[in-house]
Amino acid sequence: MIQSMVHVLLALISAPLLQGVINRVKAFFGGRRGQPLLQPYFDMIRLLRKGAVYGNTTTWIFRISSLAAAAGPAAILALLPLGRVPAMLSFNGDMIVLVYMLAAVRFLMVLGAMDTGSSFEGMGASREVLLAALSEVAFMLCLAALAAAAGSFSLSGVYREMDTFGPVSVMSATVLLILLLSENCRIPVDDPRTHLELTMIHEVMVLDHCGIDLCLIQYGSALKLWVFSALFSGICFPFAGRSLWADLLAGLAGVFATAVVTGVIESTMARIRMKRLPEMLSLASVLALTAFLWEILV
Amino acid sequence: MIQILLLASLGITALGAAACSMPFLKGRVAPLIGGYSAAAAGGAALLAAILVLVNGGQACFSSVWQLPFASFSLKLDQLSAFFVIPVSLVCGLAGIYGTGYMADEGNSTGGRLSWTWFLLLMGSMITVIAASNGILFLVAWETMTVSSFFLVTRYHEKGEVRRAGWIYLTASHIGTALILVLFAFPGAAATGSGTLVHPACSHGLFFLLALVGFGTKAGIVPLHVWLPQAHPAAPSHVSAVMSGVMIKTGVYGLLRMLTCLGSPEQWPIWWGWVMIGSGAVSALYGILNALGQRDIKRILAYSSVENMGIVFIGLGVWMTGASTGNALMSSLGLAGALLHVWNHSIFKSLLFLGAGSVAKASGTRDIEFTGGLLGRMGRTGLAFFTGSAAIIGLPPLNGFTGEFLIYWGAFSAVYGDNGFHASVSGLLAITALALAGGLAMICFTRLFGTVFLGSPRSENAGKACETVGSMYIPMMILAVLCLAGGLLAHLVVGFLPGVSIASGTPEVLGRIALVSLALPAGMLLAGALRKILLSGRSTTTSDTWGCGYILPGSRMQYTASSFSLPALLLFRGFVSLRLTTRSNGEYFPNGLSLKSGLRDSFMHRLYEPLFRSLHRLSGWFSGMQHGRNQLYVLYMAAVLLILLLWELGV
Repeated sequence: MIQSMVHVLLALISAPLLQGVINRVKAFFGGRRGQPLLQPYFDMIRLLRKGAVYGNTTTWIFRISSLAAAAGPAAILALLPLGRVPAMLSFNGDMIVLVYMLAAVRFLMVLGAMDTGSSFEGMGASREVLLAALSEVAFMLCLAALAAAAGSFSLSGVYREMDTFGPVSVMSATVLLILLLSENCRIPVDDPRTHLELTMIHEVMVLDHCGIDLCLIQYGSALKLWVFSALFSGICFPFAGRSLWADLLAGLAGVFATAVVTGVIESTMARIRMKRLPEMLSLASVLALTAFLWEILV
Repeated sequence: MIQILLLASLGITALGAAACSMPFLKGRVAPLIGGYSAAAAGGAALLAAILVLVNGGQACFSSVWQLPFASFSLKLDQLSAFFVIPVSLVCGLAGIYGTGYMADEGNSTGGRLSWTWFLLLMGSMITVIAASNGILFLVAWETMTVSSFFLVTRYHEKGEVRRAGWIYLTASHIGTALILVLFAFPGAAATGSGTLVHPACSHGLFFLLALVGFGTKAGIVPLHVWLPQAHPAAPSHVSAVMSGVMIKTGVYGLLRMLTCLGSPEQWPIWWGWVMIGSGAVSALYGILNALGQRDIKRILAYSSVENMGIVFIGLGVWMTGASTGNALMSSLGLAGALLHVWNHSIFKSLLFLGAGSVAKASGTRDIEFTGGLLGRMGRTGLAFFTGSAAIIGLPPLNGFTGEFLIYWGAFSAVYGDNGFHASVSGLLAITALALAGGLAMICFTRLFGTVFLGSPRSENAGKACETVGSMYIPMMILAVLCLAGGLLAHLVVGFLPGVSIASGTPEVLGRIALVSLALPAGMLLAGALRKILLSGRSTTTSDTWGCGYILPGSRMQYTASSFSLPALLLFRGFVSLRLTTRSNGEYFPNGLSLKSGLRDSFMHRLYEPLFRSLHRLSGWFSGMQHGRNQLYVLYMAAVLLILLLWELGV
């Protein structure tokens, strides 16, 4: 129990560090020294010092969207196991609650974008909801495959049982990696550093957020990256230590290793054409389905 | 006590209906009588149903009726009480809403009579659910259809409304015809002794007849075509009743029929497959079509098709679980389906009432001409926001609880060793629910975002103002119920009829409520932090960032059609999407145009050709009927002669 609390606390503190690690990996591949590891923190502190400017058309929906962006992933941390360290709260069906909590955050973020009345943000919102609809299917099928393999309907149970590396793990881990890239707007799905509004997906939805609101959104996306990294690394790097403290350390190492993997992918791949993205997500669904059928039939 | 409440409720609807049909009623009196007698009748029936559901047992009433095979016998058992609750609640609130919504139509005969039909609809729905006699059931079922037909054709001056009315009447009667066949089997039309039917022969045939007959009322694909026609045509409080609760009488009828077909453990496995399959098709087809509509009420109507699909998926999970002997799967599937029936009746009626307010305030049902209403209609907007979040199934609102139980039932087929049928049908249910959920997110962010957010797209939308209290207060009550249904589901789930709920389920639902409350709590915390940090700093407003363009206009906003077009293009194999582009074909084109529209494939490809050929076929007989009396006398004589010869021959 104490380990679970330490995990949540560490996640809340060190989630922006993942972004720093990814940036350093990308800089290494680009032959640069790169920004300091703590640059995401400096950016957030700078944003916290600013005032606020709101759009003329916006209502309370816009004001609460940034709050949800930070609060949602933070609440999800309570349901998140880290490797074999169980979550603070685990019960039958917590995996579905996790998916739907993410959906609740997305609902408010999308409405926040539409509240500005900007065509760019509407376009981003439209892309976001379509990709999310497809990735939700892959996510659910992947969870079904994992539940079938582990014989449990709670995330902590699944991650406790998945301590060996079989075909189902390989396929589920691949699905979770694709989901990590698409849900966290990484290359090859979306480029968080692009400067052209027309090509953005997630970034264009937060064009009109500034100051503290933008800081909350950045913090929220760091937490979301942590959530998906933990989900991926728990399957990909199964490690059963002698004590829960060892498991906690291994889990943390896994999360940061995932950040390195993400950095490598971002450095070595180009973006996929927007029209091709549904194909990639459908591939993830098919892979998850294969994992499920493998578990049932083989 | 319960009998008195139930009869009082039926009596109030009958008296109110009679009163509203009096031609000497003037002005605002008819809406007041109609609306508040609906509310009073709803209150009485609600109380009766809650008493039955909480105390257990059942309440019967029987009186002699001068008709063959029939007696006026009512029985409120657990299942009936469960369905009476949403009917009475939604009808009562819709009645109060109607007093404001129809206030300016009190003087016209049509407006006055619409209250008569409304109260008749309400009374007949309660009778359908409480009837314990086959004939009474059919009479009430037919009254329900006819009264709602007259409500759908309230604005019959418009051609499209008349067309919608005929489609509705035809579809309903095809469904009723099958139900009649069902009741006409030997021993089916039982006496007033209790159960509705006692079919003895082939159960599979009965199941299919019930599925098609009651499925027509429930709006299951491909029998759904009347919903997107009838709901937009009717006045909004009627749409709320029709879409919120009337389609649920189809589910009630199916469930009641199923209870007469032996115990669930003996049902063949293909029943479960048929239910999950038709549910999945309905859910996906319904929500995909909702994505392409511009009429706010048509969007909601197609979304009802989706939600009834979800209910059918839940029922299918129940039946598959029962057939394969998986008790957890079956109890969770039934519990989820029943809970979703309640939840859908709450948020769908809320959304239809909201649609009525929007249409009244901005003068149009076309969402491309609305926009920015949240600033001017704050209360309606808040209620509509709650309803939209609930229908997507987001925690902590009620839509999540029912879907969660269905998911759980389907997952319980997946983990553990359950055999091929259970696991694969469970997986089908999970896939359909997940995809429908994701598409519902597109549909309702599009709807709420276009109507309530951004800036107004038309002059009328810019002048919209908040409606009267009698219209927004019922919506507020429904919105509160959406929240309560999400947070208190663990208390409700023990009262679901016919469900032996697995131990641990209420605890899990309680934990979900707790976890999902962490989201609003965290938002409050972050909001407080923001408020503290911003105190003393400058908070200004400015134009939305338009990439440096300095003259932003409301027409530059993203439109609802563009919002959903990528999704429709992706799934265009499943919907009939028409895209027409026109350009002069040169390198620097001027006067480009793009038109997009969505037609219902089943209406367009199946029913229209079918009814056209039926029409042609019946045209062949028109030669026999041309109005000459002499010929008709000749026909009669010929028939008599043939009969005489036949009689002699035998």
